[in-house]
Amino acid sequence: MAHLQISDVTLTFGGLKALSHVDMAIEPGLITSIIGPNGAGKTSMLNCISGFYHPTKGEILYKDKDLTHASPHQVSTMGIARAFQNLELFSGLSVLDNLLLARHQNLTYSLLQATIFYGKAARVEAENRAAVEDVIDFMELEPVRKHMVGSLSYGFQKKVEVARALTMDPEILLLDEPMAGMNIQEKEDIVRFVMDIQKERNITVVLVEHDLGVVMDISDRIYVLDFGEVIGSGNPEEVANNPKVIEAYIGED
Amino acid sequence: MSNNEHLLQFSIPQLLRWRVAESPKRTALREKDYGIWNTYTWEAYYDYVRKTGMGLKALGLGKGDTIAIISDNIPELLFVAIGGHAIGAISAGMYQTTMPAEIAQIIQYLKVSVVFCDNQEQVDKVLEVRDQIPHVKKVIFEDPRGMRDYMSDDWFVDVRDLFKMGDAAHAKDPDLFESLVDQGKPDDVCHLCLTSGTTGLPKGTMMTHKNYINMGVRITQVDPLEPTDEYVSFLPFAWIGEQMNSFGVAMATGITINFPESVETAMSDLKEIGPHFMFGAPRIYEGIRSEIWLKIDQSYWFNKLMYNYFIKIGIAAAGYRMTGKSMPPMLQFKAWLGKQIIFRPLVNQIGLLRLRRAYTGGAALGPELFTFYQAIGVNLKQIYGQTEITGIAYMHRDGDVRPETVGKPLPGTECKIADDGEILSRSPSVSPGYFELPEKSEELLEGGWLHSGDAGFIDENGHLVVIDRVSDVMHNNKGEMFSPMFLENALKFSPYIKEAVIFGNNKDFVAALINIDPIVVGKWAEDRGLSYSTYMDLSKKKDVADLIMEQVLDVNSRAEKEHFKIKRFALLYKLLDMDDGELTKTGKIRRKFVQERYQNLYEALYDETVSEKEVEASFQYQDGQSTLVKTRIAFYTVKGV
Repeated sequence: MAHLQISDVTLTFGGLKALSHVDMAIEPGLITSIIGPNGAGKTSMLNCISGFYHPTKGEILYKDKDLTHASPHQVSTMGIARAFQNLELFSGLSVLDNLLLARHQNLTYSLLQATIFYGKAARVEAENRAAVEDVIDFMELEPVRKHMVGSLSYGFQKKVEVARALTMDPEILLLDEPMAGMNIQEKEDIVRFVMDIQKERNITVVLVEHDLGVVMDISDRIYVLDFGEVIGSGNPEEVANNPKVIEAYIGED
Repeated sequence: MSNNEHLLQFSIPQLLRWRVAESPKRTALREKDYGIWNTYTWEAYYDYVRKTGMGLKALGLGKGDTIAIISDNIPELLFVAIGGHAIGAISAGMYQTTMPAEIAQIIQYLKVSVVFCDNQEQVDKVLEVRDQIPHVKKVIFEDPRGMRDYMSDDWFVDVRDLFKMGDAAHAKDPDLFESLVDQGKPDDVCHLCLTSGTTGLPKGTMMTHKNYINMGVRITQVDPLEPTDEYVSFLPFAWIGEQMNSFGVAMATGITINFPESVETAMSDLKEIGPHFMFGAPRIYEGIRSEIWLKIDQSYWFNKLMYNYFIKIGIAAAGYRMTGKSMPPMLQFKAWLGKQIIFRPLVNQIGLLRLRRAYTGGAALGPELFTFYQAIGVNLKQIYGQTEITGIAYMHRDGDVRPETVGKPLPGTECKIADDGEILSRSPSVSPGYFELPEKSEELLEGGWLHSGDAGFIDENGHLVVIDRVSDVMHNNKGEMFSPMFLENALKFSPYIKEAVIFGNNKDFVAALINIDPIVVGKWAEDRGLSYSTYMDLSKKKDVADLIMEQVLDVNSRAEKEHFKIKRFALLYKLLDMDDGELTKTGKIRRKFVQERYQNLYEALYDETVSEKEVEASFQYQDGQSTLVKTRIAFYTVKGV
């Protein structure tokens, strides 16, 4: 049984079909990539999984629980975290505060306890800080820990965005174009992090990415979307040799 | 003057054991990890040394075997080194930037049997040359990140597993470790320190326990330190400068060594610790000075006004203080005021407020820099020595800081100037020689004196003055002598100049290749609305050349002799770099190499008809690829020379 089972999902906005009868299976422990030309419905798919959109038809099951109509915060408490394509960080807060904030669901103390900040509140804060520091170490963010996010370079902000998703201790990480707008060195850096996220932290990764080279290199499984439909799937080699995929990317002659 | 003479009877592990008996619960090491400073007491320090030592023994290491260390500064590095010393093994440090081929050469030369790496980056380099180093039994690593695919190979050992092996071995034979420590003698070789290798492959200088401890004891007889003092370890361990602190000074005085979180955070971690003494190569002080200038420049008008007024007072006061003369009361008052109003907060900003003394060594520092630091209240002093004499043999005394000298010998150090002007020294810190290079060792220690290879003299105050490397001193074609290093330092004092290479041996005049400072000149250009894209582009700007021309004219106006004046210069299109072999690992210029590499520029510098030349610049990227870029480079003739 797949980790995350997407069956016959259709999403329409008025007359526009963003997704049409999409079936996907996200297997645990793998890197699954979703590729496709602009407007193919990749981000819509992620939005459906993470609860920002609700499919018009079809269902999304996560470990046998129905996610189809769950809200974003319900999805995130179930262990699915997302890093956004357009950075969704608090640019006026430090890297550390941004990451701590992402763990707000783990803050289990009451307002009174927080006021006294003794016993449980202090302990829980320390635990959360430790979890955040673990991610800072993992993403190599030590030099900018106390820097304001808005003052960092784009590449660093992207790393913080991924780190923010990681601090939620997810089982599945949805990455929406983590390498967009980066130079080669920054891309290589992020690729290494994505692989480490999968292998060292045993997190299932769902990657939406335009850079086909990267996708072919690191994915275990690929789904190709075009006009809201899955036109091919399989391991990188199968996808690369799929005539429909070639046509969608290169066009007919 | 503290009496710690008796420490000389110990080996380093024995001295560590003595420290544990003295103050078991006091902090010996501190490491920032996960955002928190974690401490190791002397007791814990020794425990880890035992675990590591016994672990290494379990791996089959014994007396006379060598452990190579390629690592950023972390406590485990000291555990491995001193744990090795405890069982009679010898440690050897390698720079983290060493390339795989060179790692293989050094490992073969030093007959290394175990390598310690801090992370996958270093492990991968060793792995790349595995077939060339069959005698390496194990590679120990500290950070398990990225090592998942290597775990099945028993060539690799996690340092935590090594600790466990050590504990198991200790449980089996609880007296063994202490008896091994007892067997150590102060005169045993404990470390091989690679010389910086301005020419050819580095040589492994054999260092004994006594070399280090003697250095630590002597330096603190001149400049005492308290056991509660803090030191931040950010120099590369492979350099003698770091070893003399971690093996020598820390052991002799009981100060705390602090390890930064990462290389990138070293300067902000330094601010958090606020060390009591620091030691660094000139570029560190040049860097901090540029940072201060930039900060003041970006500050608002009142700060600038205060700074510009009080820096002049500070410099005047520093003149008195450095020579130990008493100041006129008015100046004293103004200097005090300046210190309270601007310099204390300023120095606090960079984390140097608690600093009692800062030492610079490894290369010469411009005299103006001393005055600058003394003016803002940082007691910066020159030290002088070589790897072969455990780093420090000569040092300025407080109240007797003469920027043009390197100070007086440490207690127990004798100094002599040879007939050809070479500086000779003798002390218990002198190395017994180079590893397996008897001829070179004999040359080095000929007649019982350490031959420094530096030319110098002793001035009327008893201070040693170092002119330059005996082999580097140049003569123009009239036979007049000059020191290229001295002129380079004069140029480098300008904040706009990052690096300079002086030519002129057997030529009519002195010429220079100059590297502008990308940050300071970049800011300067920005302020003037001058747009630029790359370093190469910035270097090509006429305005930038005019700016540098002013700096050169300034240096020329202060030249003591007519033939010291720089007549022609060019701005190089790239920064001199260690990876390109233009600088040594400690940042010294490889003059011959630079001259050969930029032969076409060198020729143009000495052809006064050339004012511009097209050159092909080859760039090597970090992934090994290289590209050729065509650019025009201009040559400037300085007026009045």
